[in-house]
Amino acid sequence: MPQQQRMYEVMFIVRPDLAEEETARVISTVESGATAAGVAVKNVERMGKRRLAYKVRKFQDGMYVLLTVEGPGSAVAELERRLRVAEPVIKYITVRVDEEQKRLAKIKKIRDSKVRQRPRTAEAAADSEPAPATA
Amino acid sequence: MADEEKKEVTTTGEARATPAAAETPAAPRFGRPGGPGRRPGPGGRPAGRGEGGPRKFFRRKKVCKFCVEKIDSINYKDVRLLQQFVAERGKIVPRRLTGVCTPHQRRLTAAIKQARNIALLPFAARY
Repeated sequence: MPQQQRMYEVMFIVRPDLAEEETARVISTVESGATAAGVAVKNVERMGKRRLAYKVRKFQDGMYVLLTVEGPGSAVAELERRLRVAEPVIKYITVRVDEEQKRLAKIKKIRDSKVRQRPRTAEAAADSEPAPATA
Repeated sequence: MADEEKKEVTTTGEARATPAAAETPAAPRFGRPGGPGRRPGPGGRPAGRGEGGPRKFFRRKKVCKFCVEKIDSINYKDVRLLQQFVAERGKIVPRRLTGVCTPHQRRLTAAIKQARNIALLPFAARY
């Protein structure tokens, strides 16, 4: 049974007291770890330093990094295990996004089809509107 | 002479009042208790006030922000958006206060909880 490929977003926080190049190294190790775990890294986005809403391992702020990956659930579990072990990563969250993207695409499709219909209904409304004003 | 003048004034007043009275039931349903009570008063004003006046006294109909602004995705990364639905102490604000519709409140709650897990939003405010 082949495992399904799914899209996930993995957001993790790197401790803030590292130097710039060290942070970059941590991110690249996570990336290579992800590929080793069996997920394809689609995108890496550094969201910069942010103040944490609460203290995490006695840190008040952290470097947020967002990873968009694609792969089976078991591989993502392995990636999570690696993040848990990685010492400079203080927090992480994995969110499955493919279902949500599908839902959004569906809504967008419906909305677009409505937009195409709208010009006709707008004309009809414009025709009916002046009538009560004159009467 | 004076009587005649008075009569004229009253008739014009009534004439002005009637179209306003005819309009009010059609336009704002919520303003009904304010509208008919004010009918014998100055003719021209109820129509103008009927739009904005009674709404001050009666609760404004709350609408779902996500439905109105057509916000499809409620994402845990969008802290600015989520923060509007979190009370000062970090609690999720109930639907009955914000007017968010049920499906959107469900998504909102899930997003807020995800944001809390990654320290974008607090579980509880300090002290």
